[in-house]
Amino acid sequence: MEAFVAALTFSAGYNAALVVIGATLFGAAAAASGTFLVLRRQALMTDAIAHATLPGLAIAFMVMVAAGFDGRNLLGLLIGSAISALIGVVAVDVIVKRTRLMEDAAIGAVLSVFFGFGVVLLTIVQSMSAGRQAGLEGFLLGSTAGMLRADAMLIAVSAAVVGVLLFVLRRPLTLVAFDPQYAAGQGVKVRLMDLVATAMVLAVTVIGLKLVGLILVVALLIIPPVAARFWTNDISKVLFLSALFGGSSGYVGAALSASAPALPTGSLVVLSAFAIFVVSLVFSTQRGVLAALLRRRALAVRVHRRQGLLALAAGEPIYDAMTIKVLRRDGVIRPDGVMTDNGRAAVAEIRRDELRWSMAPSVLGDDAVPAQRDALTPADEAFTPDQIALIDAEAQRLAVV
Amino acid sequence: MGAEFVQLSLTPLVIAVLAAVTCAMPGNFLILRRQALIGDAISHVVLPGIVVGFIITGSVTTWPMMLGAGAAALIAVAMIEAIKRLGKIEPGAAMGVAFTAMFAAGVLLLEQSNTASVHLDVEHALFGNLESLIWFDGLGWASLLDPSALAQLPPELFRMASVAVIMIIATILFWRPLVMATFDEAFAASVGIPVNLLSLMLVVFAAIAAVAAFDAVGSIIVIAMFICPPATARLLTDRMGVQVLISALVAAVCAVVGYVVAGYAPLWLGFDNSVSASGMIATVSGVALGLAVAFGPRRRQVAG
Repeated sequence: MEAFVAALTFSAGYNAALVVIGATLFGAAAAASGTFLVLRRQALMTDAIAHATLPGLAIAFMVMVAAGFDGRNLLGLLIGSAISALIGVVAVDVIVKRTRLMEDAAIGAVLSVFFGFGVVLLTIVQSMSAGRQAGLEGFLLGSTAGMLRADAMLIAVSAAVVGVLLFVLRRPLTLVAFDPQYAAGQGVKVRLMDLVATAMVLAVTVIGLKLVGLILVVALLIIPPVAARFWTNDISKVLFLSALFGGSSGYVGAALSASAPALPTGSLVVLSAFAIFVVSLVFSTQRGVLAALLRRRALAVRVHRRQGLLALAAGEPIYDAMTIKVLRRDGVIRPDGVMTDNGRAAVAEIRRDELRWSMAPSVLGDDAVPAQRDALTPADEAFTPDQIALIDAEAQRLAVV
Repeated sequence: MGAEFVQLSLTPLVIAVLAAVTCAMPGNFLILRRQALIGDAISHVVLPGIVVGFIITGSVTTWPMMLGAGAAALIAVAMIEAIKRLGKIEPGAAMGVAFTAMFAAGVLLLEQSNTASVHLDVEHALFGNLESLIWFDGLGWASLLDPSALAQLPPELFRMASVAVIMIIATILFWRPLVMATFDEAFAASVGIPVNLLSLMLVVFAAIAAVAAFDAVGSIIVIAMFICPPATARLLTDRMGVQVLISALVAAVCAVVGYVVAGYAPLWLGFDNSVSASGMIATVSGVALGLAVAFGPRRRQVAG
């Protein structure tokens, strides 16, 4: 616990603090760029991009070793992985545009073939004399243990750059994600913005390789925007919330992982994001499961209340357990089932309401009556006071006659 | 092609072919139903499944791991459905949420349970151990007729063979309703085919194929074989029956070529070590698909 707090407050050592900062910035940048991807229903494109980095990593390592450099140079590895990821993106695009295969098949094919080829190259690297300590396996699941200071810096700075770019370009990117034709009409360069969006996703994926690994990096682009979507329909708020969720996942996950051994950073960052997703799924006021259950329950109570009162008004016996419960709780009937004074008043009220509804079409004309009468709304909420007065006057006249 | 081949390469080769064909069968329907990535999701959650199977039973024997993987696959499918329905989220994003979370949990459990001492790691689940399925008693082609030597064949072979047979029988048995439901779900439903049940069954069979195959050949082959051979076949023919046959053929050829290239090509080129057979099989299937994308006679949607 102490170690966790120390990591959260950046006092667990300089390198650990850098990793936490890097993970936070990366989380926010990944979540923000993922928002556009999820909006365009291309969430799993990231998975293809991430898996397609593996051959590039291995080739970059081999090239750097052959040229006499240290094969583990992070910048070099990231450039190599970006190039092979780009080839992967182009391959998906070619398959989708030039053949009748669907996008999901193209993504799956590129993902598995590039990854398989990467594994072949990895076995070659492992058989090289310099390759035994290459640690390229660390890119599969991420490894922050023993990360160099310069590496942490590189991650933090590039994540910050991507974040700033996304913030500056958020309006055209949003327009293109939602409605490309309208965006074109507004003078936005759609092709360019498409490219920028893909480039951003590619950049954050590559940045995240060392932190969370190529298998899990996709989670940071998908989960926060999906979680944010539960809370609001306003796109700029989704973007902000998503970045907030991603940033906190990176922050908490990296800090947790620094607090004890055998706690892999990538997994904890992803699981933190998933925890935020579960909370959103259950508790969101907009589309949450709990809110939906409560709304359904409230509707059921209204239906039973009204049906119960109508039955009492008609002098019919009530058998339904829930109806009896609702009426008792309202104080309409006593526990032995006899109506109370309150109950008699409520029944009189419901009779008057039914009469108003039944007379409304003839008094006000069919057009004035809401077409989808839900049989729950009281008449004095559905009509204006003037209309109610008209209906009541007519009822009075009929009663006198 | 002598005794050494029988002992070292025959079983892995046969297992690779069986695994490839097993995965290609359901893959044909998955790619047509826009569910290609369900195979991706399932093969990712195999890892948490085997870890939990190991933690509960404390052993790295096959059955707990297979059961764990199967259970994890079903949980993942249920989770994807739940996220899709409860949150009204598109299938791709729902899959991404579910399988990454489960995979992350699997990695964490693995690190925490300290299984470093026994041979259970992420790379094993991903890459498989095709090369290690050696038939020690296979001293030559004659051993194929020797009951005592046959009894010593790696058990993976029989497991993979039975699942392959089940998969082929199931494909033949459910052929008509499956094809109808794949091409025109509304029509299939109107003639009384239980389309939802059928769709669930397809996913379950895909899960069985994935779980059976990962143990011997790893997850990469599983994903590649679900998609690449059927996708290749789809670009070569318009007829579903022909497509399934071609996909099985492509899968088998990829397995053989990939295995041979991985095992022998580096030696021919003067390297000392062979490369990952699973990875090479996936690569070869990619080459096959690439050729079909470039030259396949049925590349584009038929007009009208």
